[in-house]
Amino acid sequence: MSKDQPGSSHERGLSRRTLVWGLAFLLALTLLWVGVVILLDPEAITRMLVSFYRLTGLEGQAAAIDERGLQEGFTRLITAVFALIVGVGGIWVLFTTGNALIEASPSPIRRHLRPWLFILPAMIFLGVYLVFPLVETIRLSLLEDGGFAENYSFVFTDPAMQVAMRNNALWLIIGTTGSVVIGLLFAALVDRVKREAFAKTFIFLPLAISAVGASVIWRFVYVWRPEGSEQIGLLNAVWTGIGNEPVPFLQTMPWNNFFLILIMIWIQTGFAMVVLSAALKGVPTELVEAARIDGASERQLFFRVVLPSIRGAIITVTTTIFIVILKVFDIVFVMTGGRFDTEVIANRMFSEMFRFRNFGKASALAVVLLIVVIPIMVVNIRNMRRQGVGT
Amino acid sequence: MSKRWLIATIAALSLIVAACANPTEGGGDATTTSSASDEETTTTAAAEETTTTAGESDSGGETPYEHLNAALNGDYTGTEVTVNAQWIEGEEENILSVLTPFEEATGIDITYEGLTDYETVLTVRVEGGDAPDIAQIAQPGKMRQFAAEGQLVALSDWINMDQIQTDYIQSFIDLGSHEGDMYGLFFKGDLKSIVWYPVQAFEDAGYAVPTTWDELVALSDQIVADTGATPWCVSMEHGDATGWVGTDWIEDILLRTAAPEVYDQWVAHEIPFNDPEVLEAAEYMSQIWFTDGYVYGGNTAINATFVGDTQTPMFSADGPECWFHKQAAWIPDFWPEGTEAGVDSAFFFFPPIEAEFGNPVLGAGDQWMMFNDRPEVRALVEFLATADAARPWIERGGFVSPNSSVPLDWYGAFPNNELAAIMANADTFRFDASDTMPAEVGQGSFWQAMIDWVAANGEGTEDVFQTVEDSWPAS
Repeated sequence: MSKDQPGSSHERGLSRRTLVWGLAFLLALTLLWVGVVILLDPEAITRMLVSFYRLTGLEGQAAAIDERGLQEGFTRLITAVFALIVGVGGIWVLFTTGNALIEASPSPIRRHLRPWLFILPAMIFLGVYLVFPLVETIRLSLLEDGGFAENYSFVFTDPAMQVAMRNNALWLIIGTTGSVVIGLLFAALVDRVKREAFAKTFIFLPLAISAVGASVIWRFVYVWRPEGSEQIGLLNAVWTGIGNEPVPFLQTMPWNNFFLILIMIWIQTGFAMVVLSAALKGVPTELVEAARIDGASERQLFFRVVLPSIRGAIITVTTTIFIVILKVFDIVFVMTGGRFDTEVIANRMFSEMFRFRNFGKASALAVVLLIVVIPIMVVNIRNMRRQGVGT
Repeated sequence: MSKRWLIATIAALSLIVAACANPTEGGGDATTTSSASDEETTTTAAAEETTTTAGESDSGGETPYEHLNAALNGDYTGTEVTVNAQWIEGEEENILSVLTPFEEATGIDITYEGLTDYETVLTVRVEGGDAPDIAQIAQPGKMRQFAAEGQLVALSDWINMDQIQTDYIQSFIDLGSHEGDMYGLFFKGDLKSIVWYPVQAFEDAGYAVPTTWDELVALSDQIVADTGATPWCVSMEHGDATGWVGTDWIEDILLRTAAPEVYDQWVAHEIPFNDPEVLEAAEYMSQIWFTDGYVYGGNTAINATFVGDTQTPMFSADGPECWFHKQAAWIPDFWPEGTEAGVDSAFFFFPPIEAEFGNPVLGAGDQWMMFNDRPEVRALVEFLATADAARPWIERGGFVSPNSSVPLDWYGAFPNNELAAIMANADTFRFDASDTMPAEVGQGSFWQAMIDWVAANGEGTEDVFQTVEDSWPAS
């Protein structure tokens, strides 16, 4: 290629090649758009096929489609193939022409444009599905239902909301601490077990089921029946077996919160354990041995040598679990629906949105959650930078 | 290079397979796309049972409704109407048995979708501009919210209101109205003022069905004395809907201790929520709920036992462990295997308390709302307003029609005939208040108040009702 020869078309800025590829790119864009429009219209495929048949002289086929319509399966197959061509082929053509266009552009433009070509589609999607809803939520919280004053004062002063705030605080403190501490404990212990992978699998398994699935399982653990009837709940069966009265775990306020948090700890401990176990294995043995030689006891070893060296992993795990628990909804929704003083912010947001149709208040709740999570994200990102991940 | 091709091929194949598989939509897997053959296979039995199709009884399109006549004449053949409702599984077959004759008679293609998470999905669809043509709604309060937002088509603008006035008593028209216009068409009624009891045990003990409140309380005392069992099965637990059973009791009693106008004022918040009349109703309710030894499992059970399991102790092998269960007519679906409505347990009318207020009936029901205005949608709405529309469901059971032109002999056997009789015998009919009040109260603070009141074993009545009053939205 005569790219760098002086006087080549390349150095003359906008050239014929640029124009040609520019047009090709625009054409690809138009075709892609047309393809998507056709795919969105259920009738269009049928019409396309009919016109295709007409064009190729297969009048009989065209008439048959007109009368009876296409059989469902066949239309879907054609639509799928068409979607493949439009989607995969279209994107491929788009990127190829785009790249060629950039190749054909003057050098400084090339350098700046190339990265944009490739990240622009992803940015558009993120913009539509993440940024726009964010902005819209903030806007709704400020304008709907009586505006900023009413929505935000509701969030902070309404008695039911104060219960929810209290509960979220409980969830965050106890849930996060519980998961990390127990996860750390298991990680340290499982290190010395013979069938390590086996043990780890069992502890990790709850993370693989949905929160709703876990809630259904634990529902059967906590079920209560009046005294004298058969107890079908695991806990109550054991409790009455040793001679006590059955306890309605989910309805006893405020302890029911702890029973719910237990479910979350059950789920998240596996995650903490796996990450911390990997981190523990990464502690250099020389460090440990040197400490032992210096006369450190096992306890001092663990708390003063090992833990500080896996500090990064602990922070990662803590912040991740913190964010998960901040959003807790499924467990509360399935187990108690937020009744019996177990309300949490995310659950209330759901009720306000879909049951009471107070979009302003629901948005205000979402914004509050967003604000609470920002410092955690800052800590998380700082931690990741310190560990050398990302820039 | 070959790995890339492999991945690309797999991706392509999965796209094709996904496209060819049956699409499932919404919150559940209860979509029914209605190509003619689909409808036929799932509802052939129903269609054969019904002796009337929409066309037959109306001999050549002579209904009092103009769009329905045009539809029966074939004017709208080939058009499509979408219908959403919360009826799935068993009940879905029921609603399909209603819609299929219409499809067959008019050639209009109806797509019915039963949704499990109905409230959420409907809200999302309406907000997203993708509302169904017709949607069922159980809460008039919700219907009014939609109407206030301008999402609904006012039925009274175009439908034959004279015929509607003839077929439906004013209460039902009012329940479907918002600011003078009718937006909701009542279709299915649900009676709540009934108490289930164990038939055999009653006969054996020689008890008589109580006809007044005092008799009911006296009989409860007698059961305690005779058998030592708790006479009442009461429970409320229902996830995030816990508490609605308590609200039903308050409403039913209020209808019996105060004039219906008081009830209406209470619902419209023209009198405070904790008006002395309401507190008096709560007093009566405490007589049953919070008297020691009356309720199976005590107040703990009320909050902790699932509503579907409430009546199970009544069927225990050693004799009923509780004898009375006030609940609507759908409860037999939750009874243990092998029990039969009318045989193992039947119901009597929840007795009046003060004679001057006669026999009031508390009920709930489902309305149809119309989101999109097209001639074929109008035709379907008019069809649903006729007596014939509901007939297939009536004959299947578990359906009471608010349409007064429905002949009682369509109702066949127990329990439907008795329910219909109660409905016909009622001096007053009122709709479930918690469904009519604004959602923050009706499905929010009122339910919560019941839970708190029960947790406190009936103490602090005034405080509990005050909290609800305070929570009423300002608008």
